[in-house]
Amino acid sequence: MIEVEHLTKKYGDLVAIRDLTFKVEKGKIWGFLGPNAAGKTTTMRILTGYLPATDGRARVGGFDVFDETDKVKRIIGYLPEVVPLYPEMTVQGYLKFVAEIKKIPSPEIKKAVDRVIDRVGLSPVRTRLIKNISRGYRQRVGLAQALIHDPEVLILDEPTIGLDPAQIIEIRQLIRSFKGERTIILSTHILAEVTQTCDGVVIINEGQLMASGSLDELTASLLDKDGVWLKLRQAGTEVATLFQNLPHVSSVAVENGGLRIEWPKGHDLRDEITRLVVEKNLGLEEMRPLAMNIEDLYLKVISGGGIRK
Amino acid sequence: MRNIWAICKKEIQTYFTSPIAYVVITVFLVLVGFFFYSLIWWFNSQSLQMAQNPYYFQQLNINQMVFSPLFHNISIILLLVIPLLSMRLLAEEKKIKTDELLFTSPLSINQIILGKYSAALVVLLTMLVLTWIPVLFTFIYGNPELAPLLNGYLGLFLVGASFMAIGLFFSSVTENQIVAAMLTFGALLLFWVLNWAAYSATGFWRDVLNYLSFFQHFDDMTRGILDTSDLVYYLSVIFLGLFLTHAVIQSRRWR
Repeated sequence: MIEVEHLTKKYGDLVAIRDLTFKVEKGKIWGFLGPNAAGKTTTMRILTGYLPATDGRARVGGFDVFDETDKVKRIIGYLPEVVPLYPEMTVQGYLKFVAEIKKIPSPEIKKAVDRVIDRVGLSPVRTRLIKNISRGYRQRVGLAQALIHDPEVLILDEPTIGLDPAQIIEIRQLIRSFKGERTIILSTHILAEVTQTCDGVVIINEGQLMASGSLDELTASLLDKDGVWLKLRQAGTEVATLFQNLPHVSSVAVENGGLRIEWPKGHDLRDEITRLVVEKNLGLEEMRPLAMNIEDLYLKVISGGGIRK
Repeated sequence: MRNIWAICKKEIQTYFTSPIAYVVITVFLVLVGFFFYSLIWWFNSQSLQMAQNPYYFQQLNINQMVFSPLFHNISIILLLVIPLLSMRLLAEEKKIKTDELLFTSPLSINQIILGKYSAALVVLLTMLVLTWIPVLFTFIYGNPELAPLLNGYLGLFLVGASFMAIGLFFSSVTENQIVAAMLTFGALLLFWVLNWAAYSATGFWRDVLNYLSFFQHFDDMTRGILDTSDLVYYLSVIFLGLFLTHAVIQSRRWR
Protein backbone atom coordinates (compact mmCIF):
# COMPACT_ATOMS: atom_id res chain seq x y z
CA MET A 1 0.00 0.00 0.00
CA ILE A 2 2.86 2.32 0.86
CA GLU A 3 6.14 1.86 -0.96
CA VAL A 4 9.12 4.09 -0.38
CA GLU A 5 12.19 3.68 -2.55
CA HIS A 6 15.53 5.42 -2.06
CA LEU A 7 13.85 8.50 -0.69
CA THR A 8 16.16 11.42 0.07
CA LYS A 9 15.33 14.89 1.32
CA LYS A 10 17.79 17.71 1.78
CA TYR A 11 17.12 21.11 3.30
CA GLY A 12 19.99 23.06 1.78
CA ASP A 13 23.05 21.22 3.01
CA LEU A 14 21.23 19.44 5.77
CA VAL A 15 20.25 15.90 4.86
CA ALA A 16 16.98 15.12 6.62
CA ILE A 17 16.51 11.64 5.22
CA ARG A 18 18.88 9.60 3.14
CA ASP A 19 18.09 6.71 0.83
CA LEU A 20 15.07 5.47 2.75
CA THR A 21 13.40 2.29 1.51
CA PHE A 22 10.52 0.44 3.13
CA LYS A 23 7.13 -1.02 2.42
CA VAL A 24 3.88 -1.24 4.34
CA GLU A 25 1.24 -3.77 3.36
CA LYS A 26 -2.44 -3.06 3.10
CA GLY A 27 -4.39 -3.14 6.35
CA LYS A 28 -1.32 -3.14 8.58
CA ILE A 29 -0.30 -0.70 11.28
CA TRP A 30 3.34 0.27 11.20
CA GLY A 31 5.23 2.17 13.82
CA PHE A 32 7.77 4.75 12.82
CA LEU A 33 10.47 4.89 15.46
CA GLY A 34 13.51 7.04 15.90
CA PRO A 35 15.03 9.68 18.12
CA ASN A 36 14.09 13.33 17.68
CA ALA A 37 15.22 14.86 14.39
CA ALA A 38 15.62 11.41 12.86
CA GLY A 39 13.51 12.36 9.85
CA LYS A 40 10.18 10.84 10.83
CA THR A 41 8.13 13.98 10.28
CA THR A 42 9.95 14.77 7.04
CA THR A 43 9.15 11.32 5.67
CA MET A 44 5.51 11.70 6.63
CA ARG A 45 5.32 15.12 5.04
CA ILE A 46 6.70 13.72 1.81
CA LEU A 47 4.19 10.86 1.82
CA THR A 48 1.31 13.29 2.31
CA GLY A 49 2.45 15.56 -0.50
CA TYR A 50 3.24 18.48 1.79
CA LEU A 51 6.91 18.43 0.88
CA PRO A 52 8.55 17.21 -2.30
CA ALA A 53 11.50 14.85 -1.97
CA THR A 54 14.93 15.67 -3.32
CA ASP A 55 15.38 12.21 -4.74
CA GLY A 56 13.75 8.80 -4.81
CA ARG A 57 10.19 7.63 -5.22
CA ALA A 58 7.20 7.01 -3.01
CA ARG A 59 3.92 5.41 -3.90
CA VAL A 60 0.75 5.37 -1.84
CA GLY A 61 -2.13 3.15 -2.91
CA GLY A 62 -0.41 2.64 -6.24
CA PHE A 63 -0.22 6.39 -6.96
CA ASP A 64 3.05 8.21 -7.24
CA VAL A 65 3.32 10.87 -4.53
CA PHE A 66 5.06 13.30 -6.89
CA ASP A 67 3.25 12.78 -10.18
CA GLU A 68 -0.23 12.00 -8.89
CA THR A 69 -0.22 14.15 -5.76
CA ASP A 70 -3.88 14.99 -6.04
CA LYS A 71 -4.96 11.34 -6.09
CA VAL A 72 -2.66 10.53 -3.18
CA LYS A 73 -4.07 13.42 -1.14
CA ARG A 74 -7.57 12.04 -1.62
CA ILE A 75 -6.78 8.64 -0.12
CA ILE A 76 -4.59 9.83 2.75
CA GLY A 77 -5.74 11.07 6.13
CA TYR A 78 -2.99 12.98 7.88
CA LEU A 79 -2.62 14.02 11.49
CA PRO A 80 0.43 16.29 11.70
CA GLU A 81 2.56 16.63 14.80
CA VAL A 82 0.94 19.97 15.62
CA VAL A 83 -2.77 19.35 15.16
CA PRO A 84 -3.93 21.88 12.52
CA LEU A 85 -6.88 23.46 14.29
CA TYR A 86 -8.58 26.84 13.97
CA PRO A 87 -9.18 27.95 17.55
CA GLU A 88 -12.04 30.27 16.62
CA MET A 89 -14.12 27.55 14.98
CA THR A 90 -16.52 25.13 16.59
CA VAL A 91 -15.68 21.43 16.42
CA GLN A 92 -18.42 20.65 13.93
CA GLY A 93 -17.80 23.83 11.94
CA TYR A 94 -14.16 22.86 11.61
CA LEU A 95 -14.97 19.31 10.55
CA LYS A 96 -17.46 20.62 8.02
CA PHE A 97 -14.76 22.89 6.58
CA VAL A 98 -12.30 19.98 6.38
CA ALA A 99 -14.96 17.86 4.69
CA GLU A 100 -15.40 20.59 2.09
CA ILE A 101 -11.74 20.98 1.28
CA LYS A 102 -11.32 17.19 1.17
CA LYS A 103 -13.92 17.33 -1.62
CA ILE A 104 -16.65 15.29 -0.01
CA PRO A 105 -19.82 15.86 -2.09
CA SER A 106 -22.10 18.43 -0.39
CA PRO A 107 -25.07 16.13 0.32
CA GLU A 108 -22.78 13.70 2.18
CA ILE A 109 -20.94 16.23 4.33
CA LYS A 110 -23.35 16.20 7.25
CA LYS A 111 -23.33 12.41 7.36
CA ALA A 112 -19.51 12.32 7.24
CA VAL A 113 -19.22 14.85 10.07
CA ASP A 114 -21.70 12.92 12.22
CA ARG A 115 -19.90 9.68 11.49
CA VAL A 116 -16.46 10.87 12.62
CA ILE A 117 -17.84 12.73 15.63
CA ASP A 118 -19.45 9.48 16.67
CA ARG A 119 -16.40 7.38 15.87
CA VAL A 120 -13.85 9.37 17.88
CA GLY A 121 -16.24 10.36 20.65
CA LEU A 122 -16.60 14.10 20.15
CA SER A 123 -20.36 14.38 20.75
CA PRO A 124 -20.00 16.18 24.12
CA VAL A 125 -18.01 19.03 22.55
CA ARG A 126 -19.35 19.23 19.01
CA THR A 127 -20.74 22.75 19.35
CA ARG A 128 -17.90 24.15 21.50
CA LEU A 129 -15.17 26.41 20.17
CA ILE A 130 -11.93 24.53 19.59
CA LYS A 131 -9.97 26.97 21.75
CA ASN A 132 -12.13 26.01 24.72
CA ILE A 133 -11.80 22.23 24.60
CA SER A 134 -9.19 20.09 26.38
CA ARG A 135 -6.05 18.77 24.82
CA GLY A 136 -7.38 15.24 24.65
CA TYR A 137 -10.40 16.42 22.70
CA ARG A 138 -8.23 18.50 20.42
CA GLN A 139 -6.19 15.43 19.58
CA ARG A 140 -9.42 13.64 18.79
CA VAL A 141 -10.56 16.48 16.56
CA GLY A 142 -7.21 15.98 14.80
CA LEU A 143 -7.98 12.31 14.31
CA ALA A 144 -11.51 13.12 13.19
CA GLN A 145 -10.17 15.50 10.55
CA ALA A 146 -7.84 12.79 9.27
CA LEU A 147 -10.70 10.30 9.07
CA ILE A 148 -13.43 12.45 7.63
CA HIS A 149 -13.04 11.46 3.99
CA ASP A 150 -12.78 7.78 4.92
CA PRO A 151 -9.19 7.44 3.71
CA GLU A 152 -7.54 4.11 2.95
CA VAL A 153 -4.27 5.29 4.42
CA LEU A 154 -3.74 7.08 7.71
CA ILE A 155 -0.53 8.89 8.54
CA LEU A 156 -0.36 9.89 12.19
CA ASP A 157 2.54 11.93 13.52
CA GLU A 158 2.80 11.23 17.26
CA PRO A 159 -0.92 10.74 17.79
CA THR A 160 -0.71 10.27 21.57
CA ILE A 161 1.75 13.02 22.44
CA GLY A 162 0.74 15.21 25.37
CA LEU A 163 -2.17 13.06 26.44
CA ASP A 164 -2.80 11.60 29.88
CA PRO A 165 -2.49 7.82 30.32
CA ALA A 166 -6.22 7.18 30.10
CA GLN A 167 -6.48 9.22 26.91
CA ILE A 168 -3.45 7.46 25.46
CA ILE A 169 -5.14 4.11 25.97
CA GLU A 170 -8.34 5.37 24.35
CA ILE A 171 -6.55 6.74 21.31
CA ARG A 172 -4.56 3.52 20.96
CA GLN A 173 -7.73 1.48 21.07
CA LEU A 174 -9.19 3.72 18.44
CA ILE A 175 -6.16 3.27 16.22
CA ARG A 176 -6.17 -0.48 16.77
CA SER A 177 -9.82 -0.58 15.76
CA PHE A 178 -8.79 0.49 12.25
CA LYS A 179 -6.59 -2.56 11.81
CA GLY A 180 -7.48 -4.43 8.64
CA GLU A 181 -9.63 -1.69 7.15
CA ARG A 182 -6.94 0.98 6.80
CA THR A 183 -3.20 1.06 6.33
CA ILE A 184 -1.60 3.13 9.05
CA ILE A 185 1.80 4.63 9.70
CA LEU A 186 2.23 6.21 13.10
CA SER A 187 5.31 7.78 14.55
CA THR A 188 6.00 7.69 18.23
CA HIS A 189 8.60 7.98 20.95
CA ILE A 190 6.73 5.59 23.18
CA LEU A 191 8.17 2.15 22.56
CA ALA A 192 5.36 0.36 24.34
CA GLU A 193 2.98 1.93 21.87
CA VAL A 194 4.64 0.02 19.07
CA THR A 195 4.28 -3.38 20.75
CA GLN A 196 0.71 -2.63 21.69
CA THR A 197 -0.60 -1.24 18.43
CA CYS A 198 1.71 -2.04 15.58
CA ASP A 199 2.32 -5.00 13.30
CA GLY A 200 5.73 -3.81 12.26
CA VAL A 201 8.26 -1.06 12.64
CA VAL A 202 10.50 1.16 10.63
CA ILE A 203 13.38 2.44 12.74
CA ILE A 204 15.31 5.41 11.44
CA ASN A 205 18.16 7.37 12.90
CA GLU A 206 19.77 10.49 11.51
CA GLY A 207 17.74 10.14 8.36
CA GLN A 208 18.84 6.61 7.64
CA LEU A 209 16.92 3.39 7.77
CA MET A 210 18.19 1.24 10.63
CA ALA A 211 15.68 -1.57 10.50
CA SER A 212 12.31 -2.40 9.10
CA GLY A 213 10.08 -5.43 9.25
CA SER A 214 7.42 -7.08 11.35
CA LEU A 215 8.09 -7.10 15.08
CA ASP A 216 8.53 -10.91 15.23
CA GLU A 217 10.97 -11.00 12.36
CA LEU A 218 13.03 -8.21 13.79
CA THR A 219 13.30 -9.53 17.30
CA ALA A 220 14.06 -13.02 16.02
CA SER A 221 16.81 -11.86 13.74
CA LEU A 222 18.34 -9.63 16.34
CA LEU A 223 18.35 -12.23 19.02
CA ASP A 224 21.16 -14.68 18.43
CA LYS A 225 21.32 -15.67 22.09
CA ASP A 226 19.02 -17.15 24.66
CA GLY A 227 19.31 -16.75 28.38
CA VAL A 228 17.81 -16.40 31.80
CA TRP A 229 17.99 -13.91 34.55
CA LEU A 230 18.30 -15.44 38.07
CA LYS A 231 17.93 -13.99 41.49
CA LEU A 232 19.54 -16.10 44.19
CA ARG A 233 19.85 -15.74 47.94
CA GLN A 234 23.51 -16.61 47.66
CA ALA A 235 25.51 -14.53 45.29
CA GLY A 236 29.14 -13.79 44.59
CA THR A 237 31.87 -14.57 42.19
CA GLU A 238 32.11 -18.24 43.13
CA VAL A 239 28.42 -18.69 42.31
CA ALA A 240 28.95 -16.98 38.98
CA THR A 241 31.87 -19.31 38.23
CA LEU A 242 29.66 -22.32 38.93
CA PHE A 243 27.35 -21.26 36.12
CA GLN A 244 30.19 -20.21 33.89
CA ASN A 245 31.50 -23.75 34.03
CA LEU A 246 28.30 -25.25 32.69
CA PRO A 247 28.66 -26.44 29.09
CA HIS A 248 27.56 -23.98 26.32
CA VAL A 249 27.24 -20.97 28.64
CA SER A 250 28.63 -18.00 26.76
CA SER A 251 28.47 -15.36 29.46
CA VAL A 252 27.48 -14.76 33.04
CA ALA A 253 27.07 -11.23 34.28
CA VAL A 254 25.80 -9.57 37.41
CA GLU A 255 22.78 -7.46 36.49
CA ASN A 256 20.15 -5.76 38.65
CA GLY A 257 21.20 -7.69 41.74
CA GLY A 258 20.91 -11.03 39.94
CA LEU A 259 22.76 -13.05 37.35
CA ARG A 260 22.30 -12.83 33.63
CA ILE A 261 23.25 -16.11 32.03
CA GLU A 262 23.40 -16.34 28.24
CA TRP A 263 24.03 -19.13 25.76
CA PRO A 264 23.96 -19.37 21.99
CA LYS A 265 20.63 -19.97 20.31
CA GLY A 266 19.71 -23.60 19.75
CA HIS A 267 20.50 -24.87 23.22
CA ASP A 268 18.30 -24.91 26.28
CA LEU A 269 20.23 -24.80 29.55
CA ARG A 270 17.30 -24.06 31.82
CA ASP A 271 17.12 -27.64 33.17
CA GLU A 272 20.84 -27.73 33.94
CA ILE A 273 20.72 -24.39 35.67
CA THR A 274 17.74 -25.40 37.82
CA ARG A 275 19.45 -28.66 38.76
CA LEU A 276 22.60 -26.78 39.76
CA VAL A 277 20.64 -24.32 41.90
CA VAL A 278 18.90 -27.13 43.76
CA GLU A 279 22.04 -29.27 44.19
CA LYS A 280 24.13 -26.42 45.52
CA ASN A 281 21.23 -25.09 47.55
CA LEU A 282 21.68 -21.54 46.21
CA GLY A 283 18.18 -20.42 47.21
CA LEU A 284 16.24 -19.52 44.11
CA GLU A 285 14.16 -16.38 44.45
CA GLU A 286 13.33 -15.53 40.87
CA MET A 287 14.06 -16.80 37.38
CA ARG A 288 12.87 -15.43 34.07
CA PRO A 289 13.81 -15.85 30.45
CA LEU A 290 15.71 -13.06 28.75
CA ALA A 291 13.50 -11.87 25.91
CA MET A 292 14.51 -9.25 23.49
CA ASN A 293 11.84 -6.61 23.94
CA ILE A 294 11.18 -3.55 21.89
CA GLU A 295 13.42 -1.39 24.02
CA ASP A 296 16.38 -3.71 23.57
CA LEU A 297 15.61 -3.85 19.89
CA TYR A 298 15.43 -0.10 19.60
CA LEU A 299 18.60 0.58 21.56
CA LYS A 300 20.49 -2.12 19.74
CA VAL A 301 19.39 -0.82 16.37
CA ILE A 302 20.03 2.82 17.15
CA SER A 303 23.43 2.24 18.68
CA GLY A 304 24.62 -0.72 16.69
CA GLY A 305 24.31 0.40 13.11
CA GLY A 306 21.13 -1.56 12.56
CA ILE A 307 20.08 -4.42 10.39
CA ARG A 308 18.32 -4.48 7.11
CA LYS A 309 15.77 -6.89 5.98
CA MET B 1 -15.04 26.93 -7.74
CA ARG B 2 -16.53 25.02 -4.80
CA ASN B 3 -13.09 24.76 -3.24
CA ILE B 4 -12.42 28.48 -3.56
CA TRP B 5 -15.78 29.11 -1.95
CA ALA B 6 -14.98 26.72 0.93
CA ILE B 7 -11.79 28.63 1.73
CA CYS B 8 -13.46 32.00 1.19
CA LYS B 9 -16.35 31.14 3.51
CA LYS B 10 -14.00 30.01 6.25
CA GLU B 11 -11.92 33.17 5.88
CA ILE B 12 -14.96 35.46 6.08
CA GLN B 13 -16.07 33.54 9.14
CA THR B 14 -12.66 34.08 10.74
CA TYR B 15 -12.86 37.82 10.04
CA PHE B 16 -16.26 38.12 11.63
CA THR B 17 -15.91 35.70 14.55
CA SER B 18 -12.83 37.54 15.78
CA PRO B 19 -12.94 41.22 16.70
CA ILE B 20 -10.62 42.19 13.80
CA ALA B 21 -13.24 42.94 11.17
CA TYR B 22 -15.55 44.78 13.57
CA VAL B 23 -12.81 46.97 15.01
CA VAL B 24 -11.28 47.77 11.64
CA ILE B 25 -14.63 48.52 9.99
CA THR B 26 -15.85 50.63 12.91
CA VAL B 27 -12.71 52.75 13.11
CA PHE B 28 -12.73 53.10 9.35
CA LEU B 29 -16.33 54.31 9.31
CA VAL B 30 -15.78 56.73 12.19
CA LEU B 31 -12.89 58.31 10.30
CA VAL B 32 -14.79 58.40 7.02
CA GLY B 33 -17.72 59.96 8.85
CA PHE B 34 -15.50 62.62 10.33
CA PHE B 35 -13.95 63.53 6.98
CA PHE B 36 -17.34 63.55 5.32
CA TYR B 37 -18.74 65.84 8.00
CA SER B 38 -15.81 68.27 7.71
CA LEU B 39 -16.08 68.41 3.96
CA ILE B 40 -19.82 68.91 3.96
CA TRP B 41 -19.49 71.61 6.59
CA TRP B 42 -16.89 73.39 4.51
CA PHE B 43 -18.99 72.99 1.36
CA ASN B 44 -21.97 74.39 3.24
CA SER B 45 -20.13 77.47 4.40
CA GLN B 46 -18.79 78.02 0.89
CA SER B 47 -22.31 77.76 -0.48
CA LEU B 48 -23.53 80.41 1.94
CA GLN B 49 -20.72 82.76 0.98
CA MET B 50 -21.16 82.21 -2.73
CA ALA B 51 -24.90 82.62 -2.59
CA GLN B 52 -24.49 86.39 -3.08
CA ASN B 53 -22.58 85.91 -6.30
CA PRO B 54 -24.52 84.02 -9.00
CA TYR B 55 -21.40 83.40 -11.10
CA TYR B 56 -19.43 81.68 -8.37
CA PHE B 57 -22.55 79.91 -7.19
CA GLN B 58 -22.67 78.19 -10.56
CA GLN B 59 -19.16 76.91 -9.98
CA LEU B 60 -20.04 75.02 -6.82
CA ASN B 61 -19.91 71.30 -7.45
CA ILE B 62 -20.48 68.78 -4.69
CA ASN B 63 -18.72 66.04 -6.63
CA GLN B 64 -15.56 68.03 -6.93
CA MET B 65 -15.67 69.80 -3.61
CA VAL B 66 -16.84 66.96 -1.36
CA PHE B 67 -16.49 63.61 -3.00
CA SER B 68 -13.20 63.97 -4.79
CA PRO B 69 -11.35 65.01 -1.59
CA LEU B 70 -13.35 62.45 0.40
CA PHE B 71 -12.16 59.67 -1.89
CA HIS B 72 -8.59 60.81 -1.39
CA ASN B 73 -9.07 60.71 2.35
CA ILE B 74 -10.65 57.26 2.22
CA SER B 75 -7.80 55.96 0.10
CA ILE B 76 -5.32 57.14 2.76
CA ILE B 77 -7.35 55.41 5.48
CA LEU B 78 -7.33 52.26 3.34
CA LEU B 79 -3.56 52.54 3.15
CA LEU B 80 -3.43 52.33 6.93
CA VAL B 81 -6.18 49.80 7.42
CA ILE B 82 -5.64 47.20 4.71
CA PRO B 83 -2.32 45.92 6.05
CA LEU B 84 -4.24 45.08 9.21
CA LEU B 85 -6.79 43.11 7.25
CA SER B 86 -4.31 41.29 5.05
CA MET B 87 -1.59 40.46 7.58
CA ARG B 88 -3.43 37.46 8.97
CA LEU B 89 -4.31 35.75 5.72
CA LEU B 90 -1.34 33.42 5.25
CA ALA B 91 0.97 34.30 8.16
CA GLU B 92 -1.52 32.95 10.69
CA GLU B 93 -1.88 29.62 8.86
CA LYS B 94 1.85 29.10 9.08
CA LYS B 95 2.02 30.21 12.68
CA ILE B 96 -0.61 27.78 13.93
CA LYS B 97 0.49 25.13 11.42
CA THR B 98 -2.86 24.83 9.70
CA ASP B 99 -1.07 25.27 6.38
CA GLU B 100 -0.24 21.60 6.72
CA LEU B 101 -3.95 20.83 6.55
CA LEU B 102 -4.53 23.09 3.56
CA PHE B 103 -1.57 21.90 1.55
CA THR B 104 -2.25 18.21 2.16
CA SER B 105 -5.84 18.60 1.01
CA PRO B 106 -6.66 18.04 -2.63
CA LEU B 107 -6.71 21.81 -3.28
CA SER B 108 -4.43 23.70 -5.62
CA ILE B 109 -2.36 26.62 -4.34
CA ASN B 110 -4.35 28.89 -6.66
CA GLN B 111 -7.62 27.83 -5.11
CA ILE B 112 -6.29 28.59 -1.64
CA ILE B 113 -4.95 32.00 -2.69
CA LEU B 114 -8.11 32.98 -4.57
CA GLY B 115 -10.30 31.83 -1.69
CA LYS B 116 -8.42 33.94 0.79
CA TYR B 117 -8.14 36.93 -1.51
CA SER B 118 -11.83 36.93 -2.36
CA ALA B 119 -12.72 36.80 1.35
CA ALA B 120 -10.54 39.85 1.96
CA LEU B 121 -12.30 41.62 -0.93
CA VAL B 122 -15.66 40.86 0.64
CA VAL B 123 -14.53 42.68 3.79
CA LEU B 124 -13.25 45.58 1.69
CA LEU B 125 -16.54 45.73 -0.17
CA THR B 126 -18.47 45.71 3.10
CA MET B 127 -16.44 48.69 4.29
CA LEU B 128 -17.02 50.66 1.11
CA VAL B 129 -20.72 49.85 0.92
CA LEU B 130 -21.22 51.07 4.49
CA THR B 131 -19.72 54.47 3.59
CA TRP B 132 -22.76 54.93 1.35
CA ILE B 133 -24.89 55.72 4.38
CA PRO B 134 -23.69 59.34 4.69
CA VAL B 135 -23.41 59.62 0.91
CA LEU B 136 -27.10 58.79 0.51
CA PHE B 137 -27.99 61.91 2.50
CA THR B 138 -26.38 64.09 -0.14
CA PHE B 139 -28.88 62.69 -2.62
CA ILE B 140 -31.73 63.65 -0.31
CA TYR B 141 -30.55 67.21 0.27
CA GLY B 142 -28.61 67.88 -2.90
CA ASN B 143 -28.14 66.64 -6.42
CA PRO B 144 -24.71 65.09 -6.89
CA GLU B 145 -23.91 63.38 -10.15
CA LEU B 146 -24.08 59.62 -9.85
CA ALA B 147 -21.64 58.56 -12.58
CA PRO B 148 -18.49 60.24 -11.20
CA LEU B 149 -19.46 59.03 -7.74
CA LEU B 150 -19.64 55.44 -8.90
CA ASN B 151 -16.43 55.90 -10.81
CA GLY B 152 -14.75 57.11 -7.63
CA TYR B 153 -16.02 54.09 -5.74
CA LEU B 154 -14.73 51.83 -8.48
CA GLY B 155 -11.38 53.57 -8.04
CA LEU B 156 -11.48 53.03 -4.28
CA PHE B 157 -12.33 49.39 -4.72
CA LEU B 158 -9.49 48.87 -7.19
CA VAL B 159 -7.01 50.70 -4.96
CA GLY B 160 -8.16 48.64 -1.98
CA ALA B 161 -7.98 45.41 -3.98
CA SER B 162 -4.43 46.25 -5.12
CA PHE B 163 -3.43 47.00 -1.53
CA MET B 164 -4.95 43.71 -0.46
CA ALA B 165 -3.04 41.75 -3.12
CA ILE B 166 0.22 43.32 -1.97
CA GLY B 167 -0.76 42.61 1.65
CA LEU B 168 -1.49 38.99 0.79
CA PHE B 169 1.95 38.68 -0.74
CA PHE B 170 3.69 40.04 2.37
CA SER B 171 1.55 37.79 4.52
CA SER B 172 2.98 34.83 2.61
CA VAL B 173 6.62 35.69 3.27
CA THR B 174 6.49 35.61 7.07
CA GLU B 175 4.65 33.88 9.88
CA ASN B 176 4.64 37.04 11.96
CA GLN B 177 1.57 39.21 11.42
CA ILE B 178 3.20 42.44 12.62
CA VAL B 179 6.07 41.95 10.19
CA ALA B 180 3.59 41.29 7.38
CA ALA B 181 1.61 44.43 8.24
CA MET B 182 4.67 46.65 8.49
CA LEU B 183 6.13 45.43 5.19
CA THR B 184 2.79 45.96 3.49
CA PHE B 185 2.40 49.43 4.92
CA GLY B 186 5.92 50.41 3.87
CA ALA B 187 5.47 49.12 0.35
CA LEU B 188 2.08 50.78 -0.08
CA LEU B 189 3.25 54.14 1.16
CA LEU B 190 6.28 53.99 -1.08
CA PHE B 191 4.17 53.22 -4.14
CA TRP B 192 1.75 55.94 -3.17
CA VAL B 193 4.35 58.68 -3.11
CA LEU B 194 6.46 57.41 -5.98
CA ASN B 195 5.28 60.33 -8.09
CA TRP B 196 7.05 62.74 -5.71
CA ALA B 197 10.29 61.43 -7.08
CA ALA B 198 8.90 62.03 -10.55
CA TYR B 199 9.04 65.80 -9.97
CA SER B 200 12.81 65.77 -9.96
CA ALA B 201 13.18 63.03 -12.60
CA THR B 202 13.18 63.74 -16.29
CA GLY B 203 12.15 62.06 -19.50
CA PHE B 204 11.64 58.33 -19.43
CA TRP B 205 12.06 57.89 -15.67
CA ARG B 206 9.56 60.59 -14.97
CA ASP B 207 6.96 58.69 -16.97
CA VAL B 208 7.85 55.40 -15.36
CA LEU B 209 7.65 56.76 -11.81
CA ASN B 210 4.41 58.51 -12.55
CA TYR B 211 2.96 55.39 -14.04
CA LEU B 212 3.96 53.22 -11.09
CA SER B 213 2.51 55.55 -8.49
CA PHE B 214 -0.87 54.60 -7.04
CA PHE B 215 -1.69 58.26 -6.61
CA GLN B 216 -1.56 59.22 -10.25
CA HIS B 217 -4.05 56.57 -11.33
CA PHE B 218 -6.34 57.13 -8.41
CA ASP B 219 -6.48 60.89 -8.90
CA ASP B 220 -7.99 60.43 -12.36
CA MET B 221 -10.67 58.14 -11.04
CA THR B 222 -11.81 60.44 -8.23
CA ARG B 223 -12.37 63.15 -10.80
CA GLY B 224 -14.67 60.91 -12.74
CA ILE B 225 -12.27 59.89 -15.47
CA LEU B 226 -12.35 56.22 -16.37
CA ASP B 227 -9.27 55.38 -18.39
CA THR B 228 -8.49 51.82 -19.46
CA SER B 229 -4.81 52.39 -18.69
CA ASP B 230 -5.77 52.96 -15.05
CA LEU B 231 -7.82 49.76 -15.03
CA VAL B 232 -4.95 47.87 -16.60
CA TYR B 233 -2.62 49.29 -13.99
CA TYR B 234 -4.70 48.12 -11.03
CA LEU B 235 -5.45 44.72 -12.52
CA SER B 236 -1.72 44.26 -13.19
CA VAL B 237 -0.86 45.12 -9.59
CA ILE B 238 -3.47 42.64 -8.34
CA PHE B 239 -2.25 39.95 -10.69
CA LEU B 240 1.36 40.57 -9.72
CA GLY B 241 0.53 40.38 -6.00
CA LEU B 242 -1.29 37.08 -6.38
CA PHE B 243 1.33 35.69 -8.71
CA LEU B 244 4.16 36.50 -6.29
CA THR B 245 2.17 34.95 -3.44
CA HIS B 246 1.87 31.78 -5.47
CA ALA B 247 5.59 31.83 -6.18
CA VAL B 248 6.46 32.25 -2.50
CA ILE B 249 4.25 29.35 -1.42
CA GLN B 250 5.54 27.16 -4.21
CA SER B 251 9.20 27.94 -3.47
CA ARG B 252 8.75 27.36 0.25
CA ARG B 253 7.60 23.86 -0.50
CA TRP B 254 10.51 23.12 -2.79
CA ARG B 255 13.24 24.48 -0.60
